[in-house]
Amino acid sequence: MSNRLKSIEHEIIKCMKCGNCQAVCPLYKETRAENAVARGKVQLAAAVLSGKLDYTAELAHRFDLCLTCMACVSNCPCGVRVDRVVLEARAALAEKRGLSFPHRVAAAGLARPALMQKGMKAAGIAQSFFFKRGERGMIPRFPVGLDLKRVLPVLAKKDLKEQLPEKNAVENPVMRVALFAGCVTNYVYPGVGLALVEVLNRHGVEVVLPKQQHCCGAPLLIHGIKDTAKEMAVSHVHMFDAAGVDAVVTVCGTCGEAFRHHYPEFLSGQAKDAGKALSLAGRTYDIAEFLTDVVPLDHTLLGPLDTHFTYHEPCHVGRGLGAAGKAEKLLKAIPRATYSPMQDPGGCCGGAGSFSFEHYKLASQVLDRKLRDISGTDAGVVVTGCGSCRIQLNDGLAQREMPQRVLHTVEMLAHSITGAREEGNCNGRQ
Amino acid sequence: MLQKEIINELVKIIGKENVITGREDLLCYSYDATPDVPDPLPDVVVTPSNTGQVSQLVKIARRFKVPLYPRGSGTNLSGGTVPLKGGIVLSLLKMADIVEVDAENLTATTQPGVIIQDLNNAVAPHGLLYPPDPGTVATATMGGSVAECSGGLRGLKYGVTKHYVMGLEVVLADGQVARFGGKTVKNVTALDMVKLFTGSEGTLGIITEIIVRLIPAPESRKTMFAAFNDLSDAGNAVISIVKNKVIPATLEIMDQVTIKTVENFSKIGLPTDARAILLIEVDGIPEVVEREADTVLEVIKNNNGKVQMARDDKERDGLWAARRTALPALAQVKPTTVLEDATVPRSKITEMLLALEEIARKYNLQIGTFGHAGDGNLHPTILTDERDKEEMERVHAAVKEIFEKALALGGTLSGEHGIGMAKSGFLEWELGAGGVGVLHKIKNALDPEGILNPGKMGFNGGTGHE
Repeated sequence: MSNRLKSIEHEIIKCMKCGNCQAVCPLYKETRAENAVARGKVQLAAAVLSGKLDYTAELAHRFDLCLTCMACVSNCPCGVRVDRVVLEARAALAEKRGLSFPHRVAAAGLARPALMQKGMKAAGIAQSFFFKRGERGMIPRFPVGLDLKRVLPVLAKKDLKEQLPEKNAVENPVMRVALFAGCVTNYVYPGVGLALVEVLNRHGVEVVLPKQQHCCGAPLLIHGIKDTAKEMAVSHVHMFDAAGVDAVVTVCGTCGEAFRHHYPEFLSGQAKDAGKALSLAGRTYDIAEFLTDVVPLDHTLLGPLDTHFTYHEPCHVGRGLGAAGKAEKLLKAIPRATYSPMQDPGGCCGGAGSFSFEHYKLASQVLDRKLRDISGTDAGVVVTGCGSCRIQLNDGLAQREMPQRVLHTVEMLAHSITGAREEGNCNGRQ
Repeated sequence: MLQKEIINELVKIIGKENVITGREDLLCYSYDATPDVPDPLPDVVVTPSNTGQVSQLVKIARRFKVPLYPRGSGTNLSGGTVPLKGGIVLSLLKMADIVEVDAENLTATTQPGVIIQDLNNAVAPHGLLYPPDPGTVATATMGGSVAECSGGLRGLKYGVTKHYVMGLEVVLADGQVARFGGKTVKNVTALDMVKLFTGSEGTLGIITEIIVRLIPAPESRKTMFAAFNDLSDAGNAVISIVKNKVIPATLEIMDQVTIKTVENFSKIGLPTDARAILLIEVDGIPEVVEREADTVLEVIKNNNGKVQMARDDKERDGLWAARRTALPALAQVKPTTVLEDATVPRSKITEMLLALEEIARKYNLQIGTFGHAGDGNLHPTILTDERDKEEMERVHAAVKEIFEKALALGGTLSGEHGIGMAKSGFLEWELGAGGVGVLHKIKNALDPEGILNPGKMGFNGGTGHE
């Protein structure tokens, strides 16, 4: 019996098997298979605990099939933290069965920031060899282990950490914050980081970008590689604690969750670090939360934007950080911009980090619902608050030849504040 | 494990991708939403796409004398879809088309795998409604709810599923396809086989198409919330509302244990000193709704209730939140939630509520009761822990006594959840030996080999956990 699963037995036995999770699970909607839905997964974990099931490859595949979108968690009458059950089961399976080769490589890469930096540089050069530039991004030239049709974003020529100084100061700052950029923002969408500095500086907030920061560790945690994720937590907790800032701001819900939820959990047993982790967790905010609850968006800074937009709520911003609706409220303040809400703004887009790479077909089916929702709004711009969602949405829009472009919340606000035209400086169409 | 020969035959009909045999996947079809019942693995799960395939699959089950269990979303609360004796689980989730919405005849025709809420979404643009609304309306299938004859929150005014089923296509145990009923409002041809198969819990045939009656959606509604310091005042108010010729769509009750638990859980400002709360909603034509709401207010006042009326949709949602939170709040207190379905004539509601309090004391159990007071359908909810063997024995004894009491008051074993495994042992208490004998004769005539959903409703050796 695994101690890992035993440690969350209290979550597993809470499940009363009512099946309410069926109504909201994006994967169940596509497959209508009981093993795809939260109830099935919790019962599988229960079966392992009771010795009815072993740690088989098939079991690992069943637990792979989860977007960790947490829709089940927020709809569960018994409050079962299904995400925790899935993550512990993955960790237990990784321990018992080892990792697949691609996961081992990715884990090794993410865990070594310097190597990752070099790797991403090399990838930036290699990208033009393996991929051709399409209208909306990069399309594979050869079968490189990805679906041939898949449209990927262009890797930035200069990543965010190369573009921004460590300290982005203002006169008489009202506050000092550290930006945790995350991999996608750093390597793929550095414009998001630039926009954040622009917006926060205009609000009198100094932004520090600790240069040694690296992957938050969540992708490893999600694949069951908990020990390495923990090492990354330690490194970030020390680094951001030493930055001596009033708050940590993130531009990705998953990174935000790492600081707010995972780091304190990882370090809870280590007296000295636990306090630091908790203290950081208490002052970590997604940018939408920060501009709502900490330094409220100054409406007098906002200039008009003739844009018709809709908003896609990333799972880990809305449900993960509990910040549902906050970005929408900020965006609605932009003069002349027309907002058409989706029917289900918080419905998962199917991106889920690497899920869409590993299960492209299923992820695309989930994405189709989102694209129908988007086209139902007639909006020309889709705003969201997560780089992974953005990659997924961009691919879908390109595949279905839909004209909408995708922006991050903070980019949209930056456009409004700086008066930049939409096709302007903020890393527009990618 | 089933013989390879049988699996091969199944694959021939519906293809390999629709025949599930992996142990990990089979495990996910070993349970439904019922607590405290066995959960044996089936040998195989099949997912047919049409009636023809269902018929062929049934013929194989019959040829090899293998048990076969039809299944929808598996949200039922009587153990009705548990594959008690191994064999084939037949999932109808891939037959999920709404065949027709006929607004002129006020009917809809659906395949069994359609989710109830999806049907309601499809008929709403026509200004129509399919009234049965079990708590699992967003997940339960039409086939499952017809097979279990589910009820819901609108039972008092609108009845249960059987009041809306007009026609059925059924695959019988020998693989033959039979159709009964149809779209006509009047249909008195021969025996009422539509009623027989509705609520048959998969023991007589497999429902493959359903024609249901729709009603015009009510134009307006009013919602009220009343707190009582005395249980009999609440009970008298329930009786008195109906006596005054008002039939609310919803007339829900929550007892003190439930009120306290809900308040503790969600802090919505419920009066925790109240002995009972009623949630009442009247619906229909605006003028009538006004008049009925006034009558209800008057009745509550005369029975010493403190009332709050929702002025708009937002306030209505607020009032409903308390009722919707009842089960979740109770469920979070202890790991295992045994939700019972005791139902008594409306006039006996107070007596039953008092009896439930007494039973909780006698067996030293935490029981929260909420439910559909207007139709006498109560859900005493026992909060326990399956792993505590000693307490579970007290739970079983309490459940037994709850049913004894309900039947003694002229009630029934099930208002809306069905008999399944969980209550088959008590069936004779309600129907007597003669009544149970009739059930067995019908079962033997339609399924002589006993392959359809064995172990349920007392057929083929199922006696529940009594």
